[in-house]
Amino acid sequence: MNESLLINFAVVILFLPLLGFIVTLLLGKKVSKIFIFENLVMLIGLILSIVLLIAKVTTFNNVSISSEFMWIDMGDVPVIGQIQIFLGLLLDDISALMIFVVFLISFLVHFFSIDYMKGDIRYNRYFAYLGLFTFSMAGIVLTHNLLMMYIFWELVGVSSYLLIGFWFEKKSASDAGKKAFIVNRIGDLGFLLGLLTLFLTYNTFSFVEIFTEISQGNLPLNSEFGLTITGIFIFCGAVGKSAQFPLHVWLPDAMEGPTPVSALIHAATMVAAGVYLVVRIFGILTADAMLIIATIGALSALIPATIALTQNDIKRVLAYSTVSQLGYMIMALGVGAYKFAFFHLITHAFFKACMFLGSGSVIHAMHHEQDIQNMGGLRKKMPITYATFLISAIAISGIPLTSGFLSKDGILAGTYAFGTLTGHWYFPFIGFLVAMMTAFYMFRLIILTFHGEPRNKEKYEHAHESSFIMVMPLVVLSILSFFIWYTPNPMDPEAGWMYSDWIKNPELHTPENLRFGFMQSDVTSVITPPGEHRIMYSETYTAALHHVHGSAVFLSIAMAVLGILLAFVMYQWKKISADILADKLKPLYKFSYNKWYFDELYHKIFVAGTIGLSRLIAWFDLKVIDGIVDGSAAVTKAFSKSIGWFDDNVIDGLVNLTASVSAFIGLIFSKFQTGKVQTYIIMVIFSLVILLFLFKSF
Amino acid sequence: MNFPILTFLTFIPVVGMIVILFLKKENIKGIKYTALIATGIQVILAVFLMGNYNYSLGGINDASSFQFVELFRWIEIHDFPWIGTIKIDYFMGVDGLSTPLVLLTAIITFIATLSSWTIDKQLKGYFALFLLLDTGMMGVFVSLDFFLFFVFWEIMLLPMYFLIGIWGGPRREYAAIKFFLYTLFGSIFILLVMIGLYFSTTEVLADGSKVFTFNILEMMNTANYTSDGILSPLNPNNWRFLAYIGLFAGFAIKIPMFPFHTWLPDAHVEAPTPISVILAGVLLKMGIYGILRFNYPIFPEITQQLAWYIGLFGMINIIYGALAAMAQRDFKKLIAYSSISHMGYCLLGMAALNTMGISGAILQMFNHGTITAMLFLIVGVLYDRTHTRNLDDFGGMATQMPIYTGFVTVAFFAAIGLPGLSGFISEIFVFLGAFSYDTIRIIAIISTLGILLGAGYMLWTLQRVYLGTLKEKWAGLKDLDRREYLMFIPLTLIIIFLGIYPSAMLDVMNTSVNTMVKFMQDSQMFFSSFGG
Amino acid sequence: MEVTLTHFLIVSTILFCLGIYGIVTRKNAVMVLMGIELILNASNINFVAFSRFGNFGLQGQLIALFVIVLAAAEAAVALAIVLNVYKTFVNVNVDEIDSLRD
Repeated sequence: MNESLLINFAVVILFLPLLGFIVTLLLGKKVSKIFIFENLVMLIGLILSIVLLIAKVTTFNNVSISSEFMWIDMGDVPVIGQIQIFLGLLLDDISALMIFVVFLISFLVHFFSIDYMKGDIRYNRYFAYLGLFTFSMAGIVLTHNLLMMYIFWELVGVSSYLLIGFWFEKKSASDAGKKAFIVNRIGDLGFLLGLLTLFLTYNTFSFVEIFTEISQGNLPLNSEFGLTITGIFIFCGAVGKSAQFPLHVWLPDAMEGPTPVSALIHAATMVAAGVYLVVRIFGILTADAMLIIATIGALSALIPATIALTQNDIKRVLAYSTVSQLGYMIMALGVGAYKFAFFHLITHAFFKACMFLGSGSVIHAMHHEQDIQNMGGLRKKMPITYATFLISAIAISGIPLTSGFLSKDGILAGTYAFGTLTGHWYFPFIGFLVAMMTAFYMFRLIILTFHGEPRNKEKYEHAHESSFIMVMPLVVLSILSFFIWYTPNPMDPEAGWMYSDWIKNPELHTPENLRFGFMQSDVTSVITPPGEHRIMYSETYTAALHHVHGSAVFLSIAMAVLGILLAFVMYQWKKISADILADKLKPLYKFSYNKWYFDELYHKIFVAGTIGLSRLIAWFDLKVIDGIVDGSAAVTKAFSKSIGWFDDNVIDGLVNLTASVSAFIGLIFSKFQTGKVQTYIIMVIFSLVILLFLFKSF
Repeated sequence: MNFPILTFLTFIPVVGMIVILFLKKENIKGIKYTALIATGIQVILAVFLMGNYNYSLGGINDASSFQFVELFRWIEIHDFPWIGTIKIDYFMGVDGLSTPLVLLTAIITFIATLSSWTIDKQLKGYFALFLLLDTGMMGVFVSLDFFLFFVFWEIMLLPMYFLIGIWGGPRREYAAIKFFLYTLFGSIFILLVMIGLYFSTTEVLADGSKVFTFNILEMMNTANYTSDGILSPLNPNNWRFLAYIGLFAGFAIKIPMFPFHTWLPDAHVEAPTPISVILAGVLLKMGIYGILRFNYPIFPEITQQLAWYIGLFGMINIIYGALAAMAQRDFKKLIAYSSISHMGYCLLGMAALNTMGISGAILQMFNHGTITAMLFLIVGVLYDRTHTRNLDDFGGMATQMPIYTGFVTVAFFAAIGLPGLSGFISEIFVFLGAFSYDTIRIIAIISTLGILLGAGYMLWTLQRVYLGTLKEKWAGLKDLDRREYLMFIPLTLIIIFLGIYPSAMLDVMNTSVNTMVKFMQDSQMFFSSFGG
Repeated sequence: MEVTLTHFLIVSTILFCLGIYGIVTRKNAVMVLMGIELILNASNINFVAFSRFGNFGLQGQLIALFVIVLAAAEAAVALAIVLNVYKTFVNVNVDEIDSLRD
């Protein structure tokens, strides 16, 4: 197997879902079984991506394979210079891994949906949309340039719009789709500006070329600030897509979509795209930009976690938990814990998809009941769902032996080390606090849903374990939540192949003076081949990481156990009444329950503001501008009327006066005209006589 | 000269018109098919033109690199008192600037003809005027003599007036007169500047004598100006500046640019669907085309001076149009305002004065032509069935008319600028171009808000009309019929094709745009050496 | 008493005045015609008289002859007109033939 074959594989993988989309969409009405084709396409895609991953990891480790073609060639143009826009694919370690994750979860969701969506009137179209989504997501993962990233970024937005609003008869669903698209677009504006800045400076969108330029010292807009601001602009895209604070409001609403969609898009893949984007541009982030990213990440980890504590909708709890976990990843990237962030992206994708599909299984069994107040005791009725859900919850809480522990512990250690090195202690503080909250609300969810007595007898009676088609994906995903897939040592992720072979430290291109002190390469302990700009964590960083590792492990486990215990005390053993506690902390409880009033705030300020402004503009247009136009018409009309009056009376009056005067004179003179020659002759003679007298004097 | 393809392109509709005038009023089929055949031949000719177009020739200011040129003396009067010889040429030719628009005109007119099938009032007069309008539009895009251009420009005005005034909605007289007066108002400026330029430019004839000329290519050469001509760059006064403003205003009314835009919503709302399609698809492009063809190369130094203002008005158009669209309740009015917003991108791209910006502007003209034509057809289809355009009356159309809604989704997302559809390419080119020009960078940044607002009102409309539960009174609506398919499918294919392979159009205009940018740069040097 | 130019002129003046009187006062067109004849003859006398007393040779007499011929012709034409007027209006009263007025 050689490189060109591998890249052809990637091309096929990219376009298979598009084929599935087109065929399924066009034949959906005529062929009722066409969804099988879509599933088959996804299966082939999954197999190919596994082959790709294995080939990449075993044979082409460390190699970046890219292939491109010229999309737009405008040649050498005046003013700007060379304009050639290339599109192409890039296969490196992270894209190979990511494409596998995307196809695995996508296939499982396709499979799960066969039963879950059964009986829907637009059954085939649902699968077509899933195909479109997978295509767009694959494009994001495999692209080798920012423009194509942006293109697929938007396409992902649209497929998400279509899928969230899939049951568009419901107003809440179409509202949620619209909200998701527009909020995402806000972030995309920033992304676009970053794109423009980079193209302005380098006339290319290609990651590799931009990175090369920057490592040679050509900064965007020729300033250090330019590099920082570009990083932040592009990060804006990630804020939108990964539902980071302050644009996190769309994700909970997006739960209006079918549950498998939530699992695919709003837990595992699309929202991860933002993190993936930051991972991609990690090499050019400056210290300032990273600090901002870390802060946004920390806020996004904290705020949704506090909201998730009090929510009662099973999917909303999971949604807020997703935002919170994504905040973890972003924060990890911000503090330089690159490997842990990407690792968490993968582990989280599996266990969160598992939880969403599990919640789908529950909702399906409960006949579209989503309120956990009405559940309870489902453990007996749905043992497999319960088991897989539990495994995932343990993983997300960060209990050892699970994948979640490995990645989360890494992130916490990273923030801890960052705190010791830079003095920004609130990152580890928030990190550990959120770890406890995560454990608490996850087990609150489990206890309220699966443990205790059923609170809604009628629905409970009808509940039953889901079919094989729905349970199989749950099992696969929960198995992937164990540590063994990633490392042989359940306590130390660094020991495993995941970190040593698959996820490597990236090359860093930011000028040395713009990096954090611990990322500067002059104090490196690692010998690097010349010409390569590997990330150079300094001696002090490695030491700090080692130093804090023990305490970080201890603290994170303690926090998780504390959270779980608290959940059991409050909801299983009822030693502390949740209601009384809520009553005592009423303002806090209400604040959390109402999601910090973000929706209300945004609605009041931005939505109402925009609509108000648009009304004002429309009024202005109709009354003022059109008023001026119509007014000038009216003035012209009035003016012309007065002119008309003037014309009729004065000018025409003058004319008529002349006429009547001459008529009068004529009347007089006509008396002389008798028609009788003889009179005329007399007149002639008289005149002659008069003339004679007149001229006599001369 | 070979086959005079441009003359045929321009005057085939007139032939069709004459045939229709000889047909009996009752011969509905004959009239309709004559119009369809005339416009169909036009499409074939336009495609043939594209096929034989030489991508390497620039045009703009160089007569020899125009293609399919037809040039002969049209009017020549010797020894005219005071002036001397009056000479007006019949001068037609295309370059990368006009070729896309010629194709656009042919396609849009053909589709508008199909859409005219539902007209049932005074068919004969309708199609006769319609074809005359077609000639005017085509002529505007292919003529290179200012006088000839102006003649076509005015020819197009009259049929439009009647088409809105007779076949329009309830307030048709108001709208028609508003349209007519506005455009005529603009024409006056154009006429004045035309005459001013005429008396400032001379052309050397074959016998060595110098005569005044209407040839716009001669007007672009500073050497051709008489030293005392009123609009001569050698003349140290501000007349050139005023002439630029006047000419710009004349064309800006057609774009329509804020604050000259209010005729557009009224005209659109009152006009019958096919006329709206033509209005949005072709007529609005004439403003931008006029500025690019006349203002830019004839007054390059003032263009440079005023680029910031052009960009500013582009920004105002984008944001103002989008906000105004958001508040509308009439579906057609909403699309009309979105047109204003989208034409703002053209202005912004033009203001960039570089290849990406201007290419983006021209591409945006083409794309807006196809996308908005489709949007108006969409409204038309709905109006034909429900006889209302009030957005609040609809809801849930997607369940009743799924295939139609599919086309709607494509058109709406193309208007939002979704990648993979044509609108995206032109928008991103406009932004790339505007962002590259540091004078208007801030304006470009603010204008990106338009993308957001565009998504806002389009998706809101999509939701109000097509999503949600179906209202009972619309339960009997039928999905598209075969004729409507024929209207939608070509436009959809163009939108998707140009979204995936924009080079098909960009390559056509590339050399010309480069020539223009280079020409403007060189003349900038000329003017600065001259002392500004 | 010698007959001088003045006598001739007096005669012709009387004749002229008679002619004018005839033209102005008579209602019958034929009488008006006769008045015109009188005026013509008055001028004839003048011509001949001036020719005789002035140093003009025979020019005056010659013109007088012409006038006589002209008068004859004029009388013929005028009578024809009068005849036709009579045919149209059934009278020759000049007061009643005033279509010139309209």
